[in-house]
Amino acid sequence: MPIEPPVSTPRDLSEAYALLSDGAGWRPIAGGTDLMVQITGELSEPPEHVLDIWRLDQLRGISVGHDGATLTIGALTTYTEIRRSSAVREHLPALAEAAATIGAAQIQNRGTIGGNIVNASPAGDTLPVLLAADAAIVLGSARGERTIAAAGFWTGYRETARSADELVLGVEFPLQSGRTLRFRKVGTRRAQAISKVVMALAYRADGGVWRDVRVALGSVAATPVRARETEGVLEGAAARKSSADHAAATIVREITPIDDVRSTAAYRRAVTGRILHRMLREEGGW
Amino acid sequence: MGYRFSVNGEAVDLAVPGMRRLLDALREDLALTGTKEGCGEGECGACSVLVDGAVVDACLVPVCQVEGSDVRTVEGLADPATGALSPLQQAFLEAGGAQCGICTPGMLMAGRAFLDDGGQATEGAIREAIAGNLCRCTGYTKIIEAIRQAAETPPKQGLA
Ligand SMILES: Cc1cc2nc3c(=O)[nH]c(=O)nc-3n(C[C@H](O)[C@H](O)[C@H](O)COP(=O)(O)OP(=O)(O)OC[C@H]3O[C@@H](n4cnc5c(N)ncnc54)[C@H](O)[C@@H]3O)c2cc1C
Ligand code: FES
Ligand code: FES
Repeated sequence: MPIEPPVSTPRDLSEAYALLSDGAGWRPIAGGTDLMVQITGELSEPPEHVLDIWRLDQLRGISVGHDGATLTIGALTTYTEIRRSSAVREHLPALAEAAATIGAAQIQNRGTIGGNIVNASPAGDTLPVLLAADAAIVLGSARGERTIAAAGFWTGYRETARSADELVLGVEFPLQSGRTLRFRKVGTRRAQAISKVVMALAYRADGGVWRDVRVALGSVAATPVRARETEGVLEGAAARKSSADHAAATIVREITPIDDVRSTAAYRRAVTGRILHRMLREEGGW
Repeated sequence: MGYRFSVNGEAVDLAVPGMRRLLDALREDLALTGTKEGCGEGECGACSVLVDGAVVDACLVPVCQVEGSDVRTVEGLADPATGALSPLQQAFLEAGGAQCGICTPGMLMAGRAFLDDGGQATEGAIREAIAGNLCRCTGYTKIIEAIRQAAETPPKQGLA
């Protein structure tokens, strides 16, 4: 039987915070779809102590703020809940699309957005959506709460700005009218496939010109990334084929993919250029 | 006192480590070996069970997380009094939805969750519902046929 580290199930957040700050090497478990595989597959040192946060219901749920300016998703919200949420489908359909591509029903019923964020895989499919949407990640600990922009959260390969005593509480998405957000994932098959390349594109159309452009990618670098040079090429550019050509040529140079079991660096570069070009063409309507 | 939950409607109280996989608790501690282990890492769906109505991989769920929950396994599908197969099981039999059988318990539970959801039993919807369940034998066609057939079984006979 796989290793079974000791586990505690705190009843509320303050109990969870107290345990996390005692220095005993706690590792939270949410839906377990990453952590259980890591333990069973002996992919890394097993945690000394596991902190079961699955029952902390205050970290679950989706809400739009009174002013309509923010969509907040609790860390323990599952992909199934995200897919079914009318608020997400209305205000952030790209996130519902991303959730629908993750694993299959069994994974979507357990896997959480907070787990995707903290697991910090460069292939985490929601992470480019967070980057392109200028989302902010809310963290909490016995020391208080703080908010970090998604753009500053993934600091290195599987490293994050989260301290060991902190929980991710949720994600805040600013809702700006007139902003478009698109998602595209390329994997081996439609379900149960880890991305070869995943992309999110956000912009505001301003009289035939692209503004506030975000191009975010997964599986093409050590962390989920924004392609800032490519964003610069598109910023203020006319929604025309020539701009898309220039952007696609730029992104192919800008990203730093690797060869691994799922794909090759050359394939990832080529397909990234193509999916960006296609998205821009669809948005530009030429 | 251990972890309390119910399995196929019967209360259990298991004094085992909380990080024990539900899969091991079912197979080793409760001797319910209908639930299979294929990959042990969420890829194959052979270990699919229902927890509070939702299909999950029992290899990824620690037993501490089912405290107070209603767990359903393949052993719970047939009529407990008569042993008569459920319409879904009967449909697998008739359509030829099982060959070697290793994927079948998981397929049945994923199919059951799909039927319980009550959506349209189109081929696309059924394929999506069993996308987390691998079968190396049937080519899926007859499994899909079986689930569609069960969806068409008149409700008065009891759905699945
Ligand atoms: C078969 C299979 C297919 C998959 N397919 C995909 C896919 O297509 N795309 C994709 O992106 N991912 C995929 N995954 C990975 C996984 O399902 C996701 O990353 C999921 O979001 C993890 O969430 P969880 O709640 O299960 O995390 P857990 O496994 O519970 O936790 C993951 C990590 O995050 C930490 N953690 C979790 N929640 C918090 C919190 N609130 N605060 C602090 N730390 C926390 C844990 O300590 C752990 O280190 C797949 C996994 C499997 C097994
Ligand atoms: S054994 Fe659980 S998914 Fe394969
Ligand atoms: S019947 Fe053999 S794996 Fe499906």
